[in-house]
Amino acid sequence: MPETLLNIFHLIFSENFILTVVTASTPLLLASSGELVVERSGVLNLGVEGMMIVGAACGFAGAWLSGSILVGGLFGIVAGAALSGVFGILTLGLAVNQVATGLALTIFGVGLSGLIGAKFVGEKIVPAEHLHLPVLTDIPGVGRILFGEDPLVYVSVALVIGIWLFLYRSRAGLVLRAVGDNHASAHALGYPVLRIRMLAVLFGGGCAGLGGAYLPLAYTPFFIPGMTSGRGWIALALVVFASWRPGRLVIGAYLFGAVSILGLALQPLQLGIPQQVMNMLPYLATVVVLVLISRTRGTAGSAAPASLGSVFVPDR
Amino acid sequence: MKKLNVFAVIAVLALAVMTFGVVHAADKLKIGFIYVGPIGDLGYTYQHEVGRRALQKALNDKVETTYLENVPEGADAERAIEQLARAGNKLIFTTSFGFMDATVKVAAKYPNVFFEHATGFKRSKNLATYAARFYEGRYIQGQIAGKMTKSNIIGYIVSFPIPEVISGINATMLGAQSVNPKVKFKIIWVNSWFDPGKEADAAKALIDQGADVLTQHTDSPAAMQIAEQRGIHAFGQSSDMIKFGPKAQLTADTDYWGDYYIDRAKLVLDGKWKSDDTWDGLDKGMVVMASYTNMPDDVKQMAMKTEAAIKSGALHPFKCPIMDQSGKTVECKGGSRLDNGQILSMNWYVKGVDDKMPGQ
Repeated sequence: MPETLLNIFHLIFSENFILTVVTASTPLLLASSGELVVERSGVLNLGVEGMMIVGAACGFAGAWLSGSILVGGLFGIVAGAALSGVFGILTLGLAVNQVATGLALTIFGVGLSGLIGAKFVGEKIVPAEHLHLPVLTDIPGVGRILFGEDPLVYVSVALVIGIWLFLYRSRAGLVLRAVGDNHASAHALGYPVLRIRMLAVLFGGGCAGLGGAYLPLAYTPFFIPGMTSGRGWIALALVVFASWRPGRLVIGAYLFGAVSILGLALQPLQLGIPQQVMNMLPYLATVVVLVLISRTRGTAGSAAPASLGSVFVPDR
Repeated sequence: MKKLNVFAVIAVLALAVMTFGVVHAADKLKIGFIYVGPIGDLGYTYQHEVGRRALQKALNDKVETTYLENVPEGADAERAIEQLARAGNKLIFTTSFGFMDATVKVAAKYPNVFFEHATGFKRSKNLATYAARFYEGRYIQGQIAGKMTKSNIIGYIVSFPIPEVISGINATMLGAQSVNPKVKFKIIWVNSWFDPGKEADAAKALIDQGADVLTQHTDSPAAMQIAEQRGIHAFGQSSDMIKFGPKAQLTADTDYWGDYYIDRAKLVLDGKWKSDDTWDGLDKGMVVMASYTNMPDDVKQMAMKTEAAIKSGALHPFKCPIMDQSGKTVECKGGSRLDNGQILSMNWYVKGVDDKMPGQ
């Protein structure tokens, strides 16, 4: 028994394990950060999976056509933003039900990505290069984790910090949160509710597109239809898990990523736990942690933005 | 009154055109395919699509083929299969194990349509089954792996514990043990036929735990690509994955369904179709090994010899005596080897495999 625990300890704290966890968590973090901003503005965009996968298709196409990962990333952002723009026009411009539109766009996005990506199946690109700083990356144990990641990992960290600063330390962020909590009052104060929400939706779509593009650009450098495999739905769930707070979102994304990899990596150690349970672990862990966090919260009621999901139609 | 007349005329004309159209379309035999994954998976589903295209090309003036891809196994499959039946398809191929019960149900509802279920075991008057003897290819791969590994750890990425997958693991192990008794497997179940990200994670975990040859029973080239990145060897699954692993791929056991599809379509055209259970392998060309690459010449010669021996029937991967995980000798119902039924319902591991069978 002690030997097994030692094996597990060595496994979890090995550099390679943590590197794999970081790459598994980054697409989730990118997509859910954007969705957090969207939901904070009061819009529920369930189309994240569709936006991620068109981001993956266009991101790969961009990188393959131009030879540059940067161009691929930009293509991914634009693709995600474009699809979310459609969502915005429908739900904000035409006041269509947000849930139904989001779901419809997921299905549409998955199909569209298959169409766009069909020509690129079977091709491969050179994946994003990992950072290499002269002395820092070579530090044993943590060098590669802190200073040797691919550029999108650093983008995801900067993104979360930027979103936190925006939401809690800037006037614009305050206005966005106000719109999300009570769009009628915000409108009465003269803020352009629909315009703010549209910008948030476009931002969220761009982030989801980048999160999806991460998969072919850095994770598995090819495109295959359906390669996001439901990560968009996980990203949506993580926003709720995080109680719409950026700090908790990072914890959620990395928790999910870590337990997912753990569920795979522990299997060959023959611990006697059925593999189906191992594959359930990330979802179980997220639920357990959510229950524990919720018990310690003093505030009554949900932490969701009060106007989340309700349609806003200016009355004047 | 005038309006009604106009509508009546239009309706009759439309009906006439449609009937005319249907009569014309009935000239060509309509054949439908249901795929569990995308044709772009470059793996299992892709090979079925290759077979379909071969069928269309060979009998272009006599058949009209269509396919539905990404159909999830389970309740929705029934709807998709029924959709094909109602659209006039007279021969329908459901290409994944998980479509079994749905196919049985729809076959019962449409007795005049012929159904063929891949890798399943339930048949009826209008439902046949077919599969490829993947395990033959895996035995060869096991031998190659046994010779090529230096750490004596083979990494195995698998999807679901169904007999086809278990017999694949066992055949690989028996092949490996025949040249290297010290070989051990590390097995990771990803619970999906197709999730490139998860397959890549599993590949990384296996390599970190010492595996230097990877093999898989999942459908994407993710593991092959990780093997190429990390400088180790791997086997392609279902399709030739050399493009993703030019230095990594040793070989791939590819399925080739084209000849079978052409034969079955011809039987329907000749009115001679009947329910059957086809299980062919290397001998009939249903399993084709990709070129042996990235290995020393003596390993290549060994692999080619084994392939020839299996083709001729001189060697059977499951030749007796075989010991199961607990060391007990397995009852041999096929004389000198396990019989088809035993292989098709295999739910036990051979000795040497360190994995707990789910449910035991």
